[in-house]
Amino acid sequence: MELVFKGRVWKFGDNINTDFIIPGRYKFKAYRIEDMLPHIFEDIRPEFSRNVRKGDIIVAGRNFGCGSSREHAPRLLKLAGISVVIAKSFARIFFRNAINIGLPVIVHEELPEIVKDGDIVVVDLAKGVVSCPSRNYTSRFKPYPKFIMDILTSGGIVEYVKLRGLRL
Amino acid sequence: MPLTLSEKILSNATGRRVSPGEIVIVNVDYVYAHDGTAPLAIQVLTEELKCERVFNPSKVLFVIDHASPSPRVENSKLHMLMREFARKHGIKLYDVGYGICHQVVIDECIVKPGMVIVGADSHTTTLGALGAFATGIGSTDTAIAILTGKVWLRVPESIRIVLEGDIPNYITGKDIILYIIGFMGADGAVYKAVEFQGSSLKQLGIDDRLTISNMTVEMGAKVGLFPVDNVTVKFYEDRGVKVKRLEPDSKAEYVDEVIVDLSTLEPQIAIPPNIDNVKSVSEVEGVEVDQVFIGSCTNGRLSDLEIVAKIMKDRRVKEGVRCIVIPASRRIYLQALRKGIIEILLRAGCIICPPTCGPCVGAHMGLLGPGEVAVSTSNRNFPGRMGDKSSKVYIASPLVAAVSAVEGRICDPRSYLR
Repeated sequence: MELVFKGRVWKFGDNINTDFIIPGRYKFKAYRIEDMLPHIFEDIRPEFSRNVRKGDIIVAGRNFGCGSSREHAPRLLKLAGISVVIAKSFARIFFRNAINIGLPVIVHEELPEIVKDGDIVVVDLAKGVVSCPSRNYTSRFKPYPKFIMDILTSGGIVEYVKLRGLRL
Repeated sequence: MPLTLSEKILSNATGRRVSPGEIVIVNVDYVYAHDGTAPLAIQVLTEELKCERVFNPSKVLFVIDHASPSPRVENSKLHMLMREFARKHGIKLYDVGYGICHQVVIDECIVKPGMVIVGADSHTTTLGALGAFATGIGSTDTAIAILTGKVWLRVPESIRIVLEGDIPNYITGKDIILYIIGFMGADGAVYKAVEFQGSSLKQLGIDDRLTISNMTVEMGAKVGLFPVDNVTVKFYEDRGVKVKRLEPDSKAEYVDEVIVDLSTLEPQIAIPPNIDNVKSVSEVEGVEVDQVFIGSCTNGRLSDLEIVAKIMKDRRVKEGVRCIVIPASRRIYLQALRKGIIEILLRAGCIICPPTCGPCVGAHMGLLGPGEVAVSTSNRNFPGRMGDKSSKVYIASPLVAAVSAVEGRICDPRSYLR
């Protein structure tokens, strides 16, 4: 998969839970995941599903993706076109779900304090660098353990397992 | 090197000493999923992994509990998908009516101390109360675990929470865990294993422990473990199962320690819209409520219903308040029926629904309208969680919920117990 991403920022705060990403009242109404797309972030950013563009990047505060184990949350973000999620921290199930489906999730304390909605952010997964050129900001982030990087470069755990089974 | 409980269980499962921070591949004793997560796992298995046979069908369980009985054709179709896959691969499926997955695996004596269990539901942490390393995973994880019998895990650092002091009769497991979440914050234990210790444990029954472990995920924990002590051994003995004590090593290393004095704790309540916005019930007394929900994987067990019946006996739910009660499983429903609890609740004006997650997940059976206020014994009060985004959910114990249903407003239960 591609390892450099450049996209427009959607900025969120702390504790963005999976019910915000896709409310249960819609999740449990749909047969296919695609049917949930119009309702992403409906309660907190109703304009999101209309205006999101392929390659956009979510930048958020602490504990992004807390709450339910519903994998529909990261899948819908990916399906909507989100290329990377950067947050101060992630809830653990969201983090592993995102890795498993090949959606890069990056922990960065400082960037969410600096960028605003609509800024352009560049992420280089291989080098471990995030930057926001318009704000003259460049910073490193902690690289993934090899196993997790391997899952991401395979395009998700399904492809990883097809290639070599579930082993480190 | 002395080991914490989760390090012990994971070392045992991998056959070597594991240390916090490393990624390990672990054989799972059980993997389970429900109608909110299994359909996507089945889709990954059949469409992406081209799965012809599963690793070991006897280690896989499906439960239909979220939108159950089916409120819509879309849900019925997902249930059918689960039944078909289960039939084809010889997987045990607990169909509509058995109860909530985390309770079904307890009722059926499937979960045992020391096991590694993964569930496609965040509240799989519930089973830590019985000394199992049990954690929530997603649907793709579930698909891989069904196919390979394995899961990848990062060995968590552990936090020790020491519970001390005599537990007053108005304090339940719910008050204890709400207080801890309020103190730790909604991300206070992200990626960490939480282990409960201390002299109060001998006073804490299994139902209270299950409530506590259940909600450790609300502060981000990977697992919420209790030692396997005499209380647990007795719990299994009563079900004809012999289990051994399981405790952390005395010099095990913890990254953090919290000591809680339970003797001075007041009844607790989480104020919307955040689960870590926790106050004493006395601080919010008087807030008028439209609906009370007593149930869920957090508080739908027999001792919860017993407390509610104690309050509701010879009393009535306040006119204008809907009090929905949902036993967490068929077994619990039956026990409550035999003990006369169901009759007391019905006479008091409660609505009894079949075992299901119900309104907790916002799927059906009592969704809230715009601006409505609920007291719920479930686990989350996010905006829109139980209905309209402007509705408000206060999370509290079954005792607080029952008293509030009778009063029609949030009420400190202590006056009812004198």
